[in-house]
Amino acid sequence: MSAQVIIFFVLAALAVLAAINLIVQRHPIHSALSLIVVMVALAGLYLLMGAEFVAAVQIIVYGGAIMVLFIFVIMLLNAGEEERTNFSKLALYGGIPLAVAVTGLIAASIVNSSTATALPPAQPVTLTSTRTLSHLLFTEFVYPFELTSFLILVAILGAIVLAQREN
Amino acid sequence: MNEFLTHYAYLIVPIVKIAILVFIILTVDAYLTWIERKVIAHLQARWGPHRVGPHGLLQPLADGVKFIFKEDPMPANVDKAAYFLAPFITLMLALTSLAVIPFAPQHFTVFGYETGIGIADVNISLLVLFAITALGVYGVALAGWASNNKYSLLGGLRSSAQMISYELALTLSVVGVLLIAGDFSLRKIVDQQAGSGHGLISWNIFPQIIGFVCFFIAAIAETNRVPFDLPEAESELVAGFHTEYASMKFAMFFIAEYTSMITISCLATIMFFGGWLSPFPASWTFTQYLPSVLLIPFGLWVIFDGIRYENMFGRMLLPVVGGALTAIGVALVIFPVFNDAIQGIFWFLTKVFAFLFVYIWMRGTLPRFRYDQLMSFGWKFLLPVSIANVILTSVVILWRMH
Repeated sequence: MSAQVIIFFVLAALAVLAAINLIVQRHPIHSALSLIVVMVALAGLYLLMGAEFVAAVQIIVYGGAIMVLFIFVIMLLNAGEEERTNFSKLALYGGIPLAVAVTGLIAASIVNSSTATALPPAQPVTLTSTRTLSHLLFTEFVYPFELTSFLILVAILGAIVLAQREN
Repeated sequence: MNEFLTHYAYLIVPIVKIAILVFIILTVDAYLTWIERKVIAHLQARWGPHRVGPHGLLQPLADGVKFIFKEDPMPANVDKAAYFLAPFITLMLALTSLAVIPFAPQHFTVFGYETGIGIADVNISLLVLFAITALGVYGVALAGWASNNKYSLLGGLRSSAQMISYELALTLSVVGVLLIAGDFSLRKIVDQQAGSGHGLISWNIFPQIIGFVCFFIAAIAETNRVPFDLPEAESELVAGFHTEYASMKFAMFFIAEYTSMITISCLATIMFFGGWLSPFPASWTFTQYLPSVLLIPFGLWVIFDGIRYENMFGRMLLPVVGGALTAIGVALVIFPVFNDAIQGIFWFLTKVFAFLFVYIWMRGTLPRFRYDQLMSFGWKFLLPVSIANVILTSVVILWRMH
């Protein structure tokens, strides 16, 4: 096994374990912390694929900015531990079969693709480098990019309007 | 054995480098506390530490011993996992961020593995640095929350709010430098500042003076130092987020704070002050002897001062230290090879030390901000100015291109 494969499995296991921990933990802060671990592990996986810019942005935006907001809200609301209620009927009869189905679907698609074309060769680093990415963003995908920025702007304005309403 | 080393050089060389760097950084951190106490003491017309060792030079060692042997009580009803994790996260991230800093231009080959001075030479080093800083908020926020103490919680909240607010200005203030350099790699940013060998006129500080001012202010806020040290405002919040921490766990926060000071100073040096480049034009070859010119008189002064020191231990230790410094200075004159090799690291360390001194100087000079002032300053002044700097720089670069 090459070093890359070992690192992949370590990061993947970390992500999966943290994701399970996120659901199992009863305290919101512990769940949020597990989610951060998932984000960072995913960033590591991106790095392994040669997508360095995406990896850094994943940590800065998701790990840094968004999760800090989560933690902030939990700390400010002083949310306590979750009460464990009786196992809901919906979760039992709807959730478990759904989880099994999704897992089966993903596994099936992986099995199918690996028999046909094996693993895709690792992307050359030059392809996903920051310069190429920014070039693509501002030439080929400039309209989606600008539209997304516009959407974010609208969302920010909406947040300000909502926050101002009480005064 | 040799074959093993050649085969696993890609693992062993970085590990050895990490060990050396961590050792150096921890020592520098320890002596930074000594320098800080001495400088502030002299600013306030006091003596500062002077009991342990000559001129209090062994004070950091005594502090270290104290931190290790002190009792470490844990308050009741803390969230154990988060309480233990917080200092580790803080220290780990602070030390990790140093990994992408290049300290000198040289490359060398060990066991067929080419490596530079500095641990990792990533081509997005600046982004990595910001990513690690972005995670640094968690240590503080968690410490404040997990301690189950109102002062701690308020300190933690304040400090995370401050770090988030100033992180934006910090990131935007370096965009100007990125536009000039056209690269995220810190090594390339320094190389670009070399210009055509005329020394300091091609450094980024001149075209990016606005960016630098924003960067430095935001950086001080990011490292929670005076005048932005509200998270630990003693008169309001006891000790802020680390109120409930004692012994080694407190020391970890302390070391992390000093390490991030070093990182930020390194970053300021690299981004705006030409990193390891000499401020003099390349044709002034006589400036190469500056390290010796500084070291030899300083070493001689230490010897002179040591001989008439008040106690026996000082009379023995100080002349030895002074003799070593003088010997290094003389050796640099005699062996030009060494002298050439240390030029880069000499200038880098000099600039970093200057920044660290400014940090300490400010601590001895400036009063603390009020919290609402801090927030409105960050959002209403620093952020717009750094955005304006980005626009201005882009316009100038575009105008020059046409």
